[in-house]
Amino acid sequence: MATQFTRMLAGRNTAVVLASLGAGTLATGYLLTDSTAAAERRVLYPPSADFPDLRKHNNCMAASLTPAIYAHLRDKSTPNNWTLNQSIQTGVDNPGHPFIKTVGMVAGDEETYEVFSEIFDPVIKDRHNGYDPRTMKHPTDLDSSKITSGVFDERYVLSSRVRTGRSIRGLSLPPACSRAERREVERVAVMALSGLKGDLAGRYYSLGDMNEREQQQLIDEHFLFDKPVSPLLTSAGMARDWPDARGIWHNNQKNFLIWINEEDHTRIISMEKGGNMKRVFERFCRGLKQVEQLIHERGWEFMWNERLGYILTCPSNLGTGLRAGVHVRLPNLSKDPRFSKILENLRLQKRGTGGVDTAATGDTFDISNNDRLGKSEVELVQLVVDGVNYLIDCEKRLERGQDIKIPSPLAQFRR
Amino acid sequence: MAKNCHNDYKMKFSGDEEFPDLSLHNNHMAKVLTKDIYNKLRGKSTPSGFTVDDIIQTGVDNPGHPFIMTVGCVAGDEESYEVFKDLLDPIISDRHSGYKPTDKHRTDLNFENLKGGDDLDPAYVLSSRVRTGRSIKGFTLPPHNSRGERRTIEKLSIEALATLSGEFKGKYYPLNGMTDKEQDQLINDHFLFDKPVSPLLTCAGMARDWPDARGIWHNDAKTFLVWVNEEDHLRVISMQQGGNMKEVFRRFCTGLLKIEETFKKHNHGFMWNEHLGYVLTCPSNLGTGLRGGVHVKLPKLSTHAKFEEILTRLRLQKRGTGGVDTASVGGVFDISNADRLGSSEVDQVQMVVDGVKLMVAMEKKLEKSESIDDMIPAQK
Repeated sequence: MATQFTRMLAGRNTAVVLASLGAGTLATGYLLTDSTAAAERRVLYPPSADFPDLRKHNNCMAASLTPAIYAHLRDKSTPNNWTLNQSIQTGVDNPGHPFIKTVGMVAGDEETYEVFSEIFDPVIKDRHNGYDPRTMKHPTDLDSSKITSGVFDERYVLSSRVRTGRSIRGLSLPPACSRAERREVERVAVMALSGLKGDLAGRYYSLGDMNEREQQQLIDEHFLFDKPVSPLLTSAGMARDWPDARGIWHNNQKNFLIWINEEDHTRIISMEKGGNMKRVFERFCRGLKQVEQLIHERGWEFMWNERLGYILTCPSNLGTGLRAGVHVRLPNLSKDPRFSKILENLRLQKRGTGGVDTAATGDTFDISNNDRLGKSEVELVQLVVDGVNYLIDCEKRLERGQDIKIPSPLAQFRR
Repeated sequence: MAKNCHNDYKMKFSGDEEFPDLSLHNNHMAKVLTKDIYNKLRGKSTPSGFTVDDIIQTGVDNPGHPFIMTVGCVAGDEESYEVFKDLLDPIISDRHSGYKPTDKHRTDLNFENLKGGDDLDPAYVLSSRVRTGRSIKGFTLPPHNSRGERRTIEKLSIEALATLSGEFKGKYYPLNGMTDKEQDQLINDHFLFDKPVSPLLTCAGMARDWPDARGIWHNDAKTFLVWVNEEDHLRVISMQQGGNMKEVFRRFCTGLLKIEETFKKHNHGFMWNEHLGYVLTCPSNLGTGLRGGVHVKLPKLSTHAKFEEILTRLRLQKRGTGGVDTASVGGVFDISNADRLGSSEVDQVQMVVDGVKLMVAMEKKLEKSESIDDMIPAQK
């Protein structure tokens, strides 16, 4: 019940308030229990003995972690006893791809970003185009009414989607959570979702309990998520105890969907066929706000602070955690040698329609925002809207035999 | 030090809230673990910080096969078997034919005590092999050890193996440093071990930091081989073509004892006690940790109605020639001892030698279309 957890929440509130104040208040961390065995071990194995071999590695963690930083942080832990070694294990185990730079570290709880800021801050800066958590503030804006020109030409745009993640303050994140914590995340989320009404009313399917028919239905609708097989996730401990306390919730209209306890506490997805991104985002914001209201009523809240925005497991998803995208046909533009540069300047990325790392089939691409942190949700969705409209305009020009222009690069951060 | 989760913090939740869902599970851990045992053990940890959740994680994550009974737990250090005896003793008893907490295990690595074994018919017995594992005292085990510990184990192993001479003179190949040519050679010799992909091992944390401090050592003759930091600190293997199990076992015992001498000199003997014998990561390998076996052609006997019964009575098990869980190819089987704990190395290899000899004789009879009914052995 909530009572057990609210008691704990009260105890953790100090740490959490300090965390949201930021600026290294928890930088000193909490030293690991000083038992004789632990003390002996520290003498026998100084940090230099444990420093990982990162010579073949190409990820953000390996680029920033030095023996000095490691020595400073190795013996610290968050209030829940999460350590640096645990955070970086996935990056040590997965050297990375020569072309794709993975992050290589995860957070075990909200305090991770504070206690280990000495390594997380440079990694965040590296991943998020120079965003400096020490000095900058992240804007949050979920007012979908601000979006303009958010309805695309459906001869080109086949579907529209917005996703993000949310973590429940007071409970550890997927790499670290115990079974009890994970089950509590499920309870809190499902209870909140059951309060949604109207076009958002829906139901929950627990991964462990669903029958074959339900399972097949969810697979056919492309809603079902599987036990993670990617070593990036399994090395970080996110697949432990599968499928305990994992599940999928969706509304009756099947355009608002929540994943529970996959890579984050919750992943929220709004999607529909066609090009009405404005409506997709409107539902996204409305649903998110209602869920937040429903958990507030029971004494819970999302992890958020003004330096880092919404706190999620992977540093790459900090800030908005938002990926807004479309499946769009661009047969002519995709063959133009300027395509990549255009995308780059518009701060967009392309993926195959199977998701990250898949190849495009035919001429249809998944186009979405690159950035997550330093710009608000509204800014990012508008950026995608403007960008996709530009791409469609280029496509039409090429169809008519007209020339196209590479747009000037967009500014990175609001000053 | 790898740690599953934050144990002190977890103690704030009730045992009921934390107890794993084992309703679909079929492994030794799931059969034995009750809420009472879990509640009794969840507040404990070994001096190095290994907890009951760490012990059982692999069994929670891998419900098991309906036909194969996996163990479902691992030790993180020598003390695991003491601190968590309320869980591990019943599992050990279940897995090792009723072995009791008061039983004593006998170690016998005197190869001269083996009778016969040099006369297995090479027309049927294609190759012979004996393997075991050893853990080095004073270090935590592969599910739990830090990079610093693992590297020290590698360093000690290299030093110990470098002192070997004569038939045991050899060379160490670190997984991280080998050239392409060396790698191809080791693959062709069937010596190279890969990063574990089996979730039974990865969920137990044994593949962390791969390939840091992992490697393979073998003698020049390629008949004695040591794996460093795979599923155990050391895996020691003696093998050769043909049926001379006596020679394989002689080399096995001699080499092992020489290696142990060197480790003892550095005050790092092997983990051993008189109840559990040699202490290894998986409870299934306690005792001798020994699997002695042959690849043997038994096309007729293997299709005989009593084949399984014969194996059970001889205390032997069959596998395909690709190893555990593979199917046999061309009637050739991997036949080895089923027992590890409660009988000595000599006892177990003797059972393999005697049993295989009998089965080859049966195969020959069946070739001549004669009956083998009067040859069926009693239960050993």
